Amino acid sequence: MADENNPNGKNGKVGLVDRVKEDIQAMKVDIPTKAKEQIEGLKDPTKTQVYTSIFRHKHDDTPRNRALGVLSNVFLHLHPAKINRDAVRYSYTWGMGGITFFLFIILTYTGVLLMFYYHPSKVQAFRDVLYLEHDVPFGKILRNMHRWAAHLMVIGVWLHMFRVFLTGSYKKPREFNWNIGVLLLVFTLLLSFTGYLLPDDQLGFWAVTVGTNMARATPLLGHEGPFGSMLGMTPYNDVRFGLLGGSIVDANALLRSYIWHCIGIPIVASILMIVHFWRVRKDGGISGPAPVMLEAEGDKPRRGPKAAGE
Amino acid sequence: MDWRQIWEICSAPDNVPIVGLIPLLGFYIYLAWKQAHANDVLIEQLEGDAALAKTHHRKTWPFKPGWQKEVHVWPFLLRIEFLAAIIVTIILMVWSITLNAPLEEPANPNLTMNPAKAPWYFLGLQEMLVYFDPWIAGVVMPTMIIIGLMVIPYIDTNPLGSGYYTWKQRKFSIGTFLFGFIILWVAMIIIGTFIRGPGWQWFWPGQTWDHNRLIYEVNRDLPDIFGIASNLGKAIFGAIVVGGYYLLGGFLVYSLFRRYMGKDFKRMSLLQFGLTQFLLLSMVALPLKMGLRLLWHIKYVWITPWFNV
Repeated sequence: MADENNPNGKNGKVGLVDRVKEDIQAMKVDIPTKAKEQIEGLKDPTKTQVYTSIFRHKHDDTPRNRALGVLSNVFLHLHPAKINRDAVRYSYTWGMGGITFFLFIILTYTGVLLMFYYHPSKVQAFRDVLYLEHDVPFGKILRNMHRWAAHLMVIGVWLHMFRVFLTGSYKKPREFNWNIGVLLLVFTLLLSFTGYLLPDDQLGFWAVTVGTNMARATPLLGHEGPFGSMLGMTPYNDVRFGLLGGSIVDANALLRSYIWHCIGIPIVASILMIVHFWRVRKDGGISGPAPVMLEAEGDKPRRGPKAAGE
Repeated sequence: MDWRQIWEICSAPDNVPIVGLIPLLGFYIYLAWKQAHANDVLIEQLEGDAALAKTHHRKTWPFKPGWQKEVHVWPFLLRIEFLAAIIVTIILMVWSITLNAPLEEPANPNLTMNPAKAPWYFLGLQEMLVYFDPWIAGVVMPTMIIIGLMVIPYIDTNPLGSGYYTWKQRKFSIGTFLFGFIILWVAMIIIGTFIRGPGWQWFWPGQTWDHNRLIYEVNRDLPDIFGIASNLGKAIFGAIVVGGYYLLGGFLVYSLFRRYMGKDFKRMSLLQFGLTQFLLLSMVALPLKMGLRLLWHIKYVWITPWFNV
C-alpha cells in the first residue's frame, strides 16, 4: 500500500535526502543574494513598501512636493498649499487662534491624564487632588499645566477675538464664522468655569456658588427672578436646580460639572471648532492683510462681474 | 500704603492671569495701533493721488514686481506654527514649574469666603451686581453681550476696513468695541480683582483689606427723590424713565448718525439701525447706572412688585 502511494518506494527516502542536500546548496546561494538585495534596498528606505504605503509622495524639494506635503496630510490639510506672502506676518494675525487651539490640545492631553487620578465624588475629589499634588509622579506639574493652560486659553480667545474685530475680519463673507467664534468663546468660558469646581476646595466651591446663584434670578425660570415664583419656580425645580442637580453646590453639582467639563462641552466645542476651521478655509482663508480700500470703492463690489464694470 | 496687601492680591495664583493680561493687552493695542496708523497714512496718500492708487499694491509692506505673491505653507507658515507651539509649551512649562495652581481648604458650605469671588474672567459680571439686580447683571446682560457680539457682523454695514487695521475708516465701530471691551469688560474685571475686598467693598490699591470695615451708605431710589410713594406710582414712573431713556437716547443716536455717519445710516435697514440703537443704549446704560449709584447713591430707577431696575 505504501509503495502504491509512494511510487519511488525506498528510492523516495534517498531522494528526500538528496533534495535536502540540493536545497541547502541552493540556499547558500539564494540567501546571501537576497540579503545583499535587502541591504541594498535598505540603503534607500524611502523605496520600501512600508514607507511608500505611509507617505504618499516623494520628498524631494520641489514645489509640487511642498504642496503635497500639506495637502496629503490629514492634519496639515487644514491649510491651503500656498498663502499670501503677507499672511504669514505675525504682526497681522498675532497667531492667537492657532495658539488657542494648541492650548485646547494641551488641555485635552493633560486633562485625560488627570482623569486617571480623579474621582468626581465628594469623598474622593479633594483627596485625589492632594494625591496628585504630593504623590503622583509629575502630578503637580500636570495639574499646574492644566490650570494655567486653561487661563491662557481664555486670554488667547479674547485676544483672537480682539484681533478679528480690529481687522474687520467679521465682515462679509465671514459673518457666520464670527458667530461660531462667539459660541466658542462662551464654551471656552464654560469649560473653564466647570473645571473650577472640580478640586472641591473653598475657592471652587464659592466661585461656583456665586456663579450659579445668578441662575436663581433668571427671569421666568429662576425662583428669585422676575415672574419666577408666579410660574411656580422654587429652589427645587428652577433652572439653578437643573444646573446643580440640587439646591446647593454638592455631590450632584460636582458630578454634573465633571461630566460637562470632561465630556459634554469638549464634544460640542470640538464640533464647533471643526466648523470654525472649515469655514475659515471656505470663506477664503484668513482675511488679510488685504489691500486697503479707498472711500470711493466702499460701495462697489470688490469681485465678480459688477466689479469689472459690467 | 500697604505694600503687602498689594503683593497678596497681585500674587494670588488666580489673579496672575489678569496681571498678565494687562501688559499683553497694552502690547497688542500698540501693535494694532501702529499698523492702523501706517495704513491710515497710506490711505490718505492714495485718496489724494488717483494715479498712484491704480498702480499701488495697497499695503504698507514693500512689494516689487516679480516677487511671488504667494508662498508655500510648507515651510513658511508651518515653521512659524511649530515655533509658536514650542514657545507656548515652554512658557507653560516654566509657569507651571514656578507657580502652583491654587488649592485651598476643602469645600465647606459653613465657612463663607470673604470676599467670595467668581473666576477672574467673570469678575466683570460680579462687579455689575453692585449696580444691577442679579437678573440683569447675571442673566440679561451676559445674554445681551453674547447676542450683541453675534449681531455685530450684521449691523456693521461699513464695507471698508475688511482685512486690514485702520482707525480712520472705522472710528465708530472700533471706538465702540474698545469702549465695550476695554472699559466695560476688562476695567470692570480689574476693579473686581484688585479693588474689591471683604464685603465687596471698595479698597483703593494699597489700602488694607479690613474685614470689620463698615460703610454707612444710604441708598435711595429715584422715585423717592421725586416723592413718589405709591407702588403704582413708582412702577409707572420707572417705566416712563426707562422708556424715556430708550426713546430719547434712540433719538439722540439717530440724530448723531444722521449728522456724522450719514453714509452708514443710509446703508442700514430699519432693523439694523434699531438693533444698533438698542444695543448701544443698553451698553451705555451700565456706566450711567454706575454714575447714578456712585455720585447720587441711587439704587433703583424702576421699582415694581416683580422686578427692579
